[in-house]
Amino acid sequence: MSKYLSKLTSPLIAVILGLVVGAIIMLVSGYDPVAGYGSMVNGIIGDSYYVGESVRTIIPYILAGLAVAFAFRTGLFNIGVEGQLIVGWLAAVWVGIAFELPRIIHLPLAILAGAAAGALWAFIPGYLKAKFRVHEVIVSIMLNYTALYVTNYLIRNVMTDKLDKTERIADTASLRSPFFESITDFSRMHWGIVVAIICVIIMWFILERTKTGFELKAVGFNQHASEYAGMSVNKNIILSMVISGAFAGLAGAMEGLGTFGYAAVKGGFTGMGFDGIAVALLGANTAIGVVLAALLFGGLKAGALNMPLETGIPSEIVDIVIALIIFFVASSYFIRWIAARFKKGVK
Amino acid sequence: MDFYQVLQIIIPSMIALAAPLIFTSLGGVFSERAGVINIGLEGLMVIGAFTGIVFNLMFADVFGAWTPWLAVLAAMIAGLLFSILHAVACITFRADQTVSGVAINLLAVGLTMFLVKLIYDKGQTDRITETFPRIDVPLLSDIPFIGPIFFANGYYIVYIAILISFVVWYVLYKTPFGLRIRAVGEHPMAADTMGVNVTKIRYAAVLLSGAFGGIGGAIYATIFSNEFNHATINGQGFMAIAAMIFGKWHPIGAMGAALFFGLAQSLSIVGSSLPFFKDIPSVYLLIAPYVLTIIALTGFIGRADAPKASGQPYIKGKR
Repeated sequence: MSKYLSKLTSPLIAVILGLVVGAIIMLVSGYDPVAGYGSMVNGIIGDSYYVGESVRTIIPYILAGLAVAFAFRTGLFNIGVEGQLIVGWLAAVWVGIAFELPRIIHLPLAILAGAAAGALWAFIPGYLKAKFRVHEVIVSIMLNYTALYVTNYLIRNVMTDKLDKTERIADTASLRSPFFESITDFSRMHWGIVVAIICVIIMWFILERTKTGFELKAVGFNQHASEYAGMSVNKNIILSMVISGAFAGLAGAMEGLGTFGYAAVKGGFTGMGFDGIAVALLGANTAIGVVLAALLFGGLKAGALNMPLETGIPSEIVDIVIALIIFFVASSYFIRWIAARFKKGVK
Repeated sequence: MDFYQVLQIIIPSMIALAAPLIFTSLGGVFSERAGVINIGLEGLMVIGAFTGIVFNLMFADVFGAWTPWLAVLAAMIAGLLFSILHAVACITFRADQTVSGVAINLLAVGLTMFLVKLIYDKGQTDRITETFPRIDVPLLSDIPFIGPIFFANGYYIVYIAILISFVVWYVLYKTPFGLRIRAVGEHPMAADTMGVNVTKIRYAAVLLSGAFGGIGGAIYATIFSNEFNHATINGQGFMAIAAMIFGKWHPIGAMGAALFFGLAQSLSIVGSSLPFFKDIPSVYLLIAPYVLTIIALTGFIGRADAPKASGQPYIKGKR
């Protein structure tokens, strides 16, 4: 039990520090932090509509977090989740529009198309890393922008005639759920939450219960030792990126098939891919940790929308808090150092 | 429209678009040459753009035509101060440098938009009135043929950017400080053994990159967007990183790459009104800098290798 507790300490301290600094910023700006955080909590669980919207926000956060975490376990930094998410979104919507099929085939096909597109987009940095030893961070950053501009071009010139968004997907490919909508006062909560939970289980299963997962983790721990033990480092690098990209593509597919039902030209990134890094880091790259971190960050994001309405505090305060939490998690060396000092002091 | 006229349109716009990229990528060169990856350049540009615009709006009445210059100076200081966060996290707290950079980017956008809403009570700032004037460089613009293309209808700050890249080259390759930066980025332990203070040099390099990034952001906002909102800096910082890599971590190379990326950007903007270029879908020009960088990294156009120690925190006494 104490082992689990100590694992939780530094993320918890990071979250608390982040919230405290956020409160200080609110105070300095002349706002009431208690009212601010109160309105945020209201915006998360205030009534059934807010709960539904929070769950909807959490869905892509879980998947984006899984994507980053999965690659991290193999020692890879998939900063390209954003780009993979965008192409997954477009591919899923395209299948949703282009085909007329019964629901039982159409919906899974559209979801898989999103996963496949994300996987393909992540294959590029994986392959280049394995083949040419090119750092995956740079390649996937470059591919983020490539994805943004290419999908915008496709939406404008191929899928529509110079319009800013595609038509709506067919009902047979939609994840929208009249049931969830009715119990959450017509929020946009959709069946994607089931997909997200299945993916959490898949990630846990692959990493903890299969030989492939063992190899992926081994490569993450020590490439040379894995090579010496007869594992193919290159194969595992590519595989890890592809699975990671599939999760990212699914995150996009959830937005395309569930929340929005179409794909639109984007002026900039959705930000979900980058927030996925925060989720994975805070969740210590484990499946269950990702769920907890996604609950927190997705909740913060959803609750933030209520802050300007109730208290007039700009919702960006939550972006600041999330960024600070990443800082504090990344600087956990410092937190551990402080904690060690503190313990000594107690004795 | 003949070819010469086309050049007269494209070249000034190319150099102007390249200026913010040149400054920011030079910042990247400093930081990475000292062994600290700086993904946060995008965020530092955001800080610079915000400071530049806000300073401009507040003091335009006081300083008149000098406002944009002083705004750039203010942005430089703001960028420098903000980069202290990255330096402390990466160098002292041994944080993952890429993660810290991502946090810098998120924090910059969050903080500046929070302040914009606090100050202006809306999603963007007012528009600035004092921007850099377009000028013809005296004497040089009178050179036949070349003059009107390269030295007419431009901005002084743009030519300064190109000159600065030579200054940075001189600093990095001809001064003891530059040698120390490069040593610390290649083999910090060897440098430490020779009595170089690795921590100090890395701090200096990261702060320099912050200052340069701030300048780049301010120039971009002042010349091109004239206001600040959440999308003012949209990928410019990452494109500067691309320029730095494409230029193989060399100041002059980065400047050349920035000019080349500036050309691609200017074609994607003005190309639609020009013969020949209007037939190229702008998407190719938009993605060209990024795709070319990937190709450059894979070694098809001469291999680009990062400084050896980049990304690794230096822990004294650890082998």
